[in-house]
Amino acid sequence: MNASVVVHTVTASALPVADIKAWRADLVSKLQSGQRLLTMYGRPADDEVVITTVLQAEDRTLQVLRTRVQAQLGYHALTSEHPALHCFERELHEQTGLRVAGHPWLKPLRFEGQPQAAMNDYPFYRIEGKEVHEVAVGPIHAGVIEPGSFRFMCLGEQVHHLEIQLGYQHRGVERRLLQGKPTQLAPLVETIAGDSSVAHTWAYCAALEQLCGCELPIEVEVARAVGLELERVAMHLATLSGLAADIGFLQGATSYGRLRTTAINTLMRLCGSRFGRGALRPGGVGLRLSAELVPLLLANLELLRNDLAIINECFVTAHTVKHRLRAVGVLTHERALALGIVGVAARASGVACDARDGMSRGAYQVLPVATCLAKEGDCYARALVRIAEMDVSLAWLSSILALYPRWDQPRKALTALAPDQLVVSMVEGFRGEVVHCLETGGSGELVHYKVQDPSLRNWMGLAIAVRDNEISDFPICNKSFDLSYCGHDL
Amino acid sequence: MTLFKSLRVRASQGTQYIADLREAVPLGFRGLPVIAGEPCPSECRACADVCPTRAITLSPVTLDLGRCVFCDECVPACPQNKIAFSPDPRMASNTRMQLSVREGKEELVRARASATFCQLFGRSLKLRQVSAGGCNACELELGALANVNFDVQRFGIEWVASPRHADALVLSGPLTRNMAAAVQLAWDAMPDPRFVVAVGACAISGGLYAEGECIERTFLERVGPTLYVPGCPPHPLTFANAILDLLGVA
Repeated sequence: MNASVVVHTVTASALPVADIKAWRADLVSKLQSGQRLLTMYGRPADDEVVITTVLQAEDRTLQVLRTRVQAQLGYHALTSEHPALHCFERELHEQTGLRVAGHPWLKPLRFEGQPQAAMNDYPFYRIEGKEVHEVAVGPIHAGVIEPGSFRFMCLGEQVHHLEIQLGYQHRGVERRLLQGKPTQLAPLVETIAGDSSVAHTWAYCAALEQLCGCELPIEVEVARAVGLELERVAMHLATLSGLAADIGFLQGATSYGRLRTTAINTLMRLCGSRFGRGALRPGGVGLRLSAELVPLLLANLELLRNDLAIINECFVTAHTVKHRLRAVGVLTHERALALGIVGVAARASGVACDARDGMSRGAYQVLPVATCLAKEGDCYARALVRIAEMDVSLAWLSSILALYPRWDQPRKALTALAPDQLVVSMVEGFRGEVVHCLETGGSGELVHYKVQDPSLRNWMGLAIAVRDNEISDFPICNKSFDLSYCGHDL
Repeated sequence: MTLFKSLRVRASQGTQYIADLREAVPLGFRGLPVIAGEPCPSECRACADVCPTRAITLSPVTLDLGRCVFCDECVPACPQNKIAFSPDPRMASNTRMQLSVREGKEELVRARASATFCQLFGRSLKLRQVSAGGCNACELELGALANVNFDVQRFGIEWVASPRHADALVLSGPLTRNMAAAVQLAWDAMPDPRFVVAVGACAISGGLYAEGECIERTFLERVGPTLYVPGCPPHPLTFANAILDLLGVA
C-alpha cells in the first residue's frame, strides 16, 4: 500500500520493550554497524517515558526499537559517540523531562512550554579572549524571512563558532495534531512547513491511509508525485533566486524568481493554491487535471526546461558566481555523515540518500528518479545539486504526464483507524526526508503524532559549515542550506 | 562568452511584469468565496462542521475571511453546492467586521483610509515584515511582491531591513509566545506615524492555531491592525490590491 513513499507499520503492543541498558547497547551496535537513525522520540507514560527509535539499514528496510524508563533515571547520552543524535536527545529531554545524562549540548531546542523570558536566557557557548568578538543576529532578520537567533564568535572577520537558537516559531503543532479529528488534519499539516506542504501532507496521508487500510490507484499516486515535484522545482528556484541575489548576481535573482512564478502558477492551476494547499487529502487528491489543462501543463514544463537551461548556463559558468560560492561553507562528507545530515545538503556532500530512490512500487517505480550528487560540500555544490534535481524533476514530470494524462479518481472515504498500530512514513521533500510517525491506541484513537522536518537535523550542518569562513559569507551559506525555521520549531 | 550568455538570458526573460495589478486575475486561484442565496436544508451544518477554523456561521451562511484557510473542504461538503471560490484575489478590508462574505451578497467593502493617511503614505510606503509563527508561505508571497512579476516598487512600496526605516509593520503567523517580545521591540523601534498590517488567517485570527497554548496575541489587542489581508497564504495580488485600495492609488 502507498508504495510511492516509504511506509512502515508495526503492531505497537507486539514491539518488544527492551530494558534501557539492553536498548542502548543494541542501538549503539546497530549504529556502529552502519544503520542510520531515522528518528527517535519519547512519550510520557505515568512517571516513565516510552522511547521509540526508528533505524534504517543499508538495504533501506526500517526497524523500530522501543524501551521504557523512569524519567528521573534516564540513560547516558549517545551524542558524544554519535553526534547525529544530538537533536533527538535534546528533544527527548525537552518534551518528556527525561534525564539524558552526560549530554554535551543539552540546550533547549524550541523552548516548548517555557515562559517567553526564557528566550533571552539561552546559554550561548562563549569563547573568551582579547581578540574575540561576538556578533548577535536576530531573531528578526533583515529580509522577509522567518525568525531565529544566530550568535557568532569571531576572530576578526573569521567565524570560529556559530550557534543557532531557534524556537521563536513554536506553535505547538504536535499537540494541535492530537486535538483534531485524525482524518481532518490536512489543513493543519499543510502549515507545518508552508513551503513543503505537499511533502508533509503526503507523509500524513500515507500514514493515515495505511492505518485505514485504504489502497489508492496509481493515478492518485502519480498526481501526488506531480505535486511534490512541482513543489521541489519551485522551492529550488526560490533558493537559487535568493542565492543569486545574495551574491549580487541579479540576472540569476530575477530569472530564477520569475521561473518560480511559472512553477507555482502551474501548481495553482492544478489545485487552486500556489503552495499546494488542498492538493492532497486522505484517500485522494484535490489536484485536478482536465483535458484542456494538459497542453498548458506541458507547455509550462517546456518553458521551464528551456529557459532554465539558458540561465543555468549563465549562472554556473560565471566567474563571479564560482568565485563567491566555491570553497565557501564546506560541509565535508565525513561531517555530513556524522551529523546525520539529510536531503540536498547531504547529497551535495556526497551522501547518497533520497527517499524516492529504490521504491519497488508506485510513481517512482514506474519512472525512477536519479539521485543527484556532488562531492565538494560547498555552497556551489549545493547550488549544482539543486539545478540537477530541477532538471531531473522536470524531465520526470513531462514523461509521467505522457504516461498518465488523466487522474480523475474520486476521493475514497476513510474508515476507522486500526487500533494498536505504529506507522512511520517518509517523503523526500525539497529539503530532504520528511518523517511522520502515527501511533494508535486500543480503540483506534491517535496517541502520538511525531513530526520531523529535515531542518531538525540540518541546522547543525549549517552551524558547522560556517566555521572558519568569513562572517560576511554567512548569508550565502545560510541560503545554500535554505532550512525551515517553523519546520524545526513545530 | 559571458556577455553572450547574459544576452541570451535577457532575451529569454522578455518582459515579465504584470502591467495592471488592479485588473489581473490569477487563473485557477482559490480566492474570494461566493455563497449562493438559495435556502439551506433545515438543520444542515455540513459546511460549518468540516471547517477547520470554524470560519462558517449559519443562517445566513457567512464565511469569515479572517479565519478562512481556503482549504476547499466546505465546497464538496455542501449538499446544495452553495459555496464556490472565485479566482478574484481582492478581498482585504480595513476593519475586522467587514471581512466576511454572506450568502447572496455580492460586493465586499474595499479598504480605504482617510485623506491624511493617503497623503502621508500614498507616494512612498516602507514596509517591515515580521513573521511570528508564519509557516513561510505568507513570507514567500510577501517576498514575491518585490519580484519582477509583481514589482510593487513601481508604486513606491518597498520592504526595508530595519523597523527604524519602516512606516508599517507587516505581521504574519499566529503570533507565537516565543516571538511576543521581538514583535513588541520591532514596533517600539518604528517612528510615528506607523501602522500594522495583519497578513493571512494566522495573523488576523490565529487561524489554525487560534487559542493554542503557544500563542500570545496581546500585541494585536494593544495595537489594532489598520489593514487585514486574508488568505492562506494571501496571493501577492491580494496584498498589492489591499495596499493600493487603502492608499487610494491607481
